[in-house]
Amino acid sequence: MTTRETAVTATPAPAPLGEVRSDLAHELRATWVVMRRELTRLRQDRARMLTMLLQPVLFIFVMGTGLASIVDTGGDVSFQTFLFPGVLATSVLFTAAFAGISLVWDREFGFLREMMVAPISRSAIIWGKCLGGAVVATAQSLVLLALVGTVGIPYSPTLLLALVGCLFLGSLLLTALGVLLSTRIKTIQTAMPVSQLLIMPMMFLSGALFPVSGLPDWLAVLTRLNPLTYVVQPMRHLTLSHLSLTAEEQQRLLPVLTWWGWEVPVGVQLLTVAVITLGLVTLAARVFRTTE
Amino acid sequence: MSDAVNGPAIEVTGLTKRYKTGDTVVEAVKGIDLRVETGQTYGFLGPNGAGKSTTIEMLCTIRNPTSGTARVAGYDVVRERDQVRRRIGLVFQQQTLDLQLTAEQNLRFHAELYGLSRADADRRIDEVLEMVALADRRSDTVQKFSGGMKRRLEIARGLVHAPQVLFLDEPTIGLDPQTRAAIWAYLHDLRRTTEITVFVTTHYMDEAEHCDRIAIMDNGEVVVEDTPEALKSSIGTDRIALRTDDDELAIARIRERLGVEAGVHEGQVTLAVAEGAQVVPRLFTELGVGIRSVTVTRPSLDDVFLTYTGRTIRDSEGAGPAGSPFAGRR
Repeated sequence: MTTRETAVTATPAPAPLGEVRSDLAHELRATWVVMRRELTRLRQDRARMLTMLLQPVLFIFVMGTGLASIVDTGGDVSFQTFLFPGVLATSVLFTAAFAGISLVWDREFGFLREMMVAPISRSAIIWGKCLGGAVVATAQSLVLLALVGTVGIPYSPTLLLALVGCLFLGSLLLTALGVLLSTRIKTIQTAMPVSQLLIMPMMFLSGALFPVSGLPDWLAVLTRLNPLTYVVQPMRHLTLSHLSLTAEEQQRLLPVLTWWGWEVPVGVQLLTVAVITLGLVTLAARVFRTTE
Repeated sequence: MSDAVNGPAIEVTGLTKRYKTGDTVVEAVKGIDLRVETGQTYGFLGPNGAGKSTTIEMLCTIRNPTSGTARVAGYDVVRERDQVRRRIGLVFQQQTLDLQLTAEQNLRFHAELYGLSRADADRRIDEVLEMVALADRRSDTVQKFSGGMKRRLEIARGLVHAPQVLFLDEPTIGLDPQTRAAIWAYLHDLRRTTEITVFVTTHYMDEAEHCDRIAIMDNGEVVVEDTPEALKSSIGTDRIALRTDDDELAIARIRERLGVEAGVHEGQVTLAVAEGAQVVPRLFTELGVGIRSVTVTRPSLDDVFLTYTGRTIRDSEGAGPAGSPFAGRR
């Protein structure tokens, strides 16, 4: 208590600090601040960063190499190459979903309250959480992307950029799903298993680990109902189109995705994901507004 | 739009909050009126379940009242919610720091949420960290902080955006006496150097003595409101506590000879009389019971509380936080 004289100077009824901005600018700034916290937290947590980096490497090299010995892709395309886009998507899947349900932690450890009483809207909190989680998850995949050369994929700037774009969209989808869960689920003990229960089937039904052709009807329907399919398929499409494949390989490894016989273009697939994602974030914000 | 410079910091009229739990409607706050002048330190006392927290939550715009109005820093807590929020600082009973971030990062996040410019944020973060003597720990993650340090940081954070009213809900709960004293020292500094209004709820009666005015809440109603001094003198009785060889006999004799009802509180025979000093000699001559000790106390806020709510604050807390400093909510 040697610091009394440095305390705040006396001013009668001081005007509050902070500018009064237009609503939109204020909302955007609040979203940005909430989002940046997710990145700061990641930087602070070295152990989390390391596990995030190791997990996908494990997938591609250990699982990929192991499975490659029994899976014959035929021709020049190795199983790792085929698997790579799927592993990329899978690696962001978990990070993104857990970033989403970190809202449950925020609630449990009290920090959510700090955000709830600030002069910002609930939507800004939700958007900030979703975008922050998506950026964190996408950042994780960059390390894996740096390794594309090791599985025979060329370092093409346009390909890499396109993949990052897809990954961000996929991450946002999963974070939004996690956040939506968190608006209803109030305890960590429930949030963890529920999110696992949701992520695992989404991963398996997305074609991340096997081609979505020649599947039994029930499985084919489920893959088409899974929004993650429309992230994985475009990524695989982009990757394989940068390799010189024979028509036969093309057909076997990259089956066309159809809706009632209509061949769905990559652009429409990505648009579908974007629309679903926007819907999820909006829904999460609405639920959050009415329940918190 | 001007800030209400000369008006009261808090003005509450007929504030009511009803909850529905199943089929029954609980009235947690029953139409209370309050007025807190700018620059005052205002204490809000009452047992758990009295409606203190609900009231503070309505004033802080966390909950909407069922009916009635409240104006804080000149703005309506429902219609001008964000205006109120920008002008109030909050320190909750429950810890609300991000433990993974450093002290400075926590403060910066807050400054940015409240829309402070970079320069203002830098300046205020320095000032508030100095004030709570945490400047040398600014780059440590909060995880490493003790309970007292976390609480100091939370107070600092509540002040970052230079609020006009600072709300503190049980700011010293679960802290050791030294830290409690330190926190009150900060609050006194604050009052001395700024025009800030401090609204504080507490279980600790001795802390209520720090306040300019106090209100005691019980059963959703404000039962009494005045300065601590006025409240104490309004009771106008001294309290005598005796340790005797035979409490029952002592109580019977006191009733017989002095015409006063005595009771046993905390292992001592206690009675209230107008002038304690004059009664003590009579106790020795007239009781005929071995007296091992006698204490006479002038009325305290505990007695005020007892008088207006019918129980001591410890009785009403049971085994709650006031009884054990370690039982506080986290």
